[in-house]
Amino acid sequence: MNTATSRLQVTLNYALIVACSMIAIYPLVGVVLASLYPQGPASAPSGFALPPTFAWHNYVDAWNQGRFGASFTTSLIVGAIMVPASVALSVIAGYAFATMRFRFSRTIFYLFILGLIIPTEATIVPLYYDVHALGLLDTYWALILLEVSGELAFGIFWMRAAFLSAPPSLLEAARIDGASSWRTLWEIMVPFAKPAILTLAVLAFADSWNEFFLALVFTVNHPTAPAGLASFSGRFTTDVALVSAGAVIVAIPILIVFVVFQREFMRGVLTGAVKG
Amino acid sequence: MIRDLGQQAPAIPSPAVAVGTRRRRERFEPLPGESRRLGYLYILPAFLLYAAFNLVPLAQGVNDSFFHWDGITDGTWAGLANYKEFFTEAEIRTGYVHVLILMIFYAFLPIVIGLFLAAVLSRIRIRGLTFFRLLLFLPLVITDVVTAVAWNWIYDTHGPLNAVFKAVGLGGLIPSAGWLGDFNTALPAVGVFGLWGQFGFCLILFLAGVMKIPSSLYEAARVDGANAFHEFFAVTLPGLRYELQVVLVLTVVGTLGTFDEIYVMTAGGPGTATTVPAYLVWRRMFQTGQVGSAAALGIMLMLIVFAVAYGINRLMERGAER
Repeated sequence: MNTATSRLQVTLNYALIVACSMIAIYPLVGVVLASLYPQGPASAPSGFALPPTFAWHNYVDAWNQGRFGASFTTSLIVGAIMVPASVALSVIAGYAFATMRFRFSRTIFYLFILGLIIPTEATIVPLYYDVHALGLLDTYWALILLEVSGELAFGIFWMRAAFLSAPPSLLEAARIDGASSWRTLWEIMVPFAKPAILTLAVLAFADSWNEFFLALVFTVNHPTAPAGLASFSGRFTTDVALVSAGAVIVAIPILIVFVVFQREFMRGVLTGAVKG
Repeated sequence: MIRDLGQQAPAIPSPAVAVGTRRRRERFEPLPGESRRLGYLYILPAFLLYAAFNLVPLAQGVNDSFFHWDGITDGTWAGLANYKEFFTEAEIRTGYVHVLILMIFYAFLPIVIGLFLAAVLSRIRIRGLTFFRLLLFLPLVITDVVTAVAWNWIYDTHGPLNAVFKAVGLGGLIPSAGWLGDFNTALPAVGVFGLWGQFGFCLILFLAGVMKIPSSLYEAARVDGANAFHEFFAVTLPGLRYELQVVLVLTVVGTLGTFDEIYVMTAGGPGTATTVPAYLVWRRMFQTGQVGSAAALGIMLMLIVFAVAYGINRLMERGAER
């Protein structure tokens, strides 16, 4: 390969990856621009054109008219309980599956794995009536319980694999010291598996923040941020600027988490951990 | 840099391939615990929650599916009538046809494009790949409802897509009801949204996979006089078998559960032009009062998801043994 063709190839490669990245972000950048246009049906931008004046006030209007204060509160409360709860339960159960021998452990583990592939649609009908019977419709607890139990299949799978990757000497040393299995978990295994635990926490938060179907079914007056956005965009279909501002508002928390924890996100994704 | 570590199985295999693949021996056997029963105590809290909100409702769902039930009055025994609908009702059939069409956009095209780009891009090291990865990954990270709203804007009457069509003199091709409102274009329009959402993910996963292929394999192929085309089929594609399996399962199973974007972008319309099984479950349950039928649709969807995931994993495993 001579230098001329290889230079051409380098240029071509960069052109390709830049083009792909542009396609990936175009609708997102476009929505940010659209959110700054004057409100009204016919004022949306077509392309990358900057708005005539930056209508920052759209964000205030969208926040108030879309009642995002309330839906953010719901999403944040649900996330704040759902993430630590699902991580803790996954760590404890994953540890047992990775280090302990007990009857039917394999069968029970596969029962959990089944949860990775049971679509919510298969259980949603009875769940609705169960949650109703429990008096939990339109409460934080409905979402918290369902999201935690929905995260367990992946969480246990993930933590078991992480604990299995620990060098056997780690466990043996703890055992020789006479540490109980409970102490071994918190003092040896959890510090060892910290990166995996952090990844799980980040993915769980993303799942919780992005959850739409459950929020749509189980909340009425207390929607989550995405559910609030969906009904907001339904009510203001013609006002592109206002709906766009709402979309940007809902995207911001997950964007911040993504940028701060990009390594954890990537680790999750590169092992194919993201659920369809 | 990673490339020379040789081909290795990923540290944590994807859960996507856990269904239907043959068990491999664990790297080390679990150590004996203090008491055989202690293990149960550790898994008990998780199991109770999981059983209460996944396994029990699943059993109830199977039960509900055998009843004609409107969700309010007492149901009447229906036997397999709700399942027969699956073969007799056009609405359900078209729902699955739509999902099959969406698979072209949500699975087939992103995989083909991702493979092609990964093969091209792998030949040269890209500086700033981390940054590009970040951008490519955004469509997947950001909430579906948000990206669907973004695409509503793309397809808007005054949106960029129409502007492009008008600029190149093809304004006459724009459907009068809008891209999402026209019977012929609504489903492909949702599909293009899905293609946009998936291709970056496929590309990232394949690029990571390509980097794990030992460079010696490429050198050997080049010594043998392989051109880029041969190289792709002899080295790159076999080397990406595992990633391909993961992506296939995730994208195909994901397509079967499509809901969020349908709800936000088209509400299944116009008419039934974009109804999909998951949307039918929701609509029959909350809008048309066909709760028993909704339960049966959900159970059928699950069985199809199981069969498809199992089938893909088995097929790919067998391919590997050859």
